[in-house]
Amino acid sequence: MKLQKSTLLALYSMMEFARYPDRQIPATEIADKYGVSAHHLSKVLRELGRAGLLDSLRGVRGGYRFSGNAKRVTLLEVIELFEDIGARPDGPGGEASDTERALASVLSEIDEIAKATFGSITLDVLVKQLEMRRPRAVSTELAALPV
Amino acid sequence: MSNSRGNDRSPRPAAHPERPPDGAAVITRPAQAGDLDAIIAIDAEVTGIEKTDYWYELFQRYGASRTRQRLFLVAETEGAVQGFVIGEVRDWEFGSAPCGWVFGISVRPGARLAGLGTRLLGAICDGFRYAGVSQVRTLVARDNALVLSFFRSQGMMAAPVITLEKALEP
Repeated sequence: MKLQKSTLLALYSMMEFARYPDRQIPATEIADKYGVSAHHLSKVLRELGRAGLLDSLRGVRGGYRFSGNAKRVTLLEVIELFEDIGARPDGPGGEASDTERALASVLSEIDEIAKATFGSITLDVLVKQLEMRRPRAVSTELAALPV
Repeated sequence: MSNSRGNDRSPRPAAHPERPPDGAAVITRPAQAGDLDAIIAIDAEVTGIEKTDYWYELFQRYGASRTRQRLFLVAETEGAVQGFVIGEVRDWEFGSAPCGWVFGISVRPGARLAGLGTRLLGAICDGFRYAGVSQVRTLVARDNALVLSFFRSQGMMAAPVITLEKALEP
């Protein structure tokens, strides 16, 4: 499954904001982290702001801050702001053949599973997974012990 | 919430007048015959279908003749049953090494958002560990977003199996 670049940027950004909900983060900081243009990212962040997921803060130290509910916002909600993962391009033209319909039913099955998966994972769940995967800091006392 | 016993038709959890008071002690314990009325009522409230005979029969297999591999537990606050979980260890089915299967979990809608589902799942997982397995699985309808989200929040992920079905011609 491949998501569009804007969709991926939106997901990366929402993860940053959901991890640090009290921080106001400039677009440039996220753009640098993911190696994308700040201009492109700003468009994505504006869309997230229009959806009520981010607050835009103006001024010298402006940026964006998380304004959603991480325990409620699912990955599917973010994705659907940018693309319809169930939408498929039309076939070669004319009325669909038996083959096209048979293949379409398989693709539709995959789409339904993908939607159910994205719709069941909230930002909060993903943030927690991320935290669990991060190597735990070893205390200096423990690190000093002989192996 | 409820998984394979039917889709959850209850409203999204919200402030509820019958919600157990915050900090009320939660007890998880094996289901007893006297719990069945409450279990049937919770299931009927959640799924919209009352299945009295089904639950009595299930209790005979999983409650009354409980083994280390079959678990039927309830969560209780202040003497009232607020939810239940049911499951068993299955050996070598579907080509899978022995693992615990949760095939029913439900919490009274008015008692949600108090961690009871988490307690119930934790309790049955303890039972599975005691029975010697290290993996737990369940099956959820893919349009049952509430229960899917619950299991995801408990760290469960897609298993390496695919469920298949077909309609049987008469």
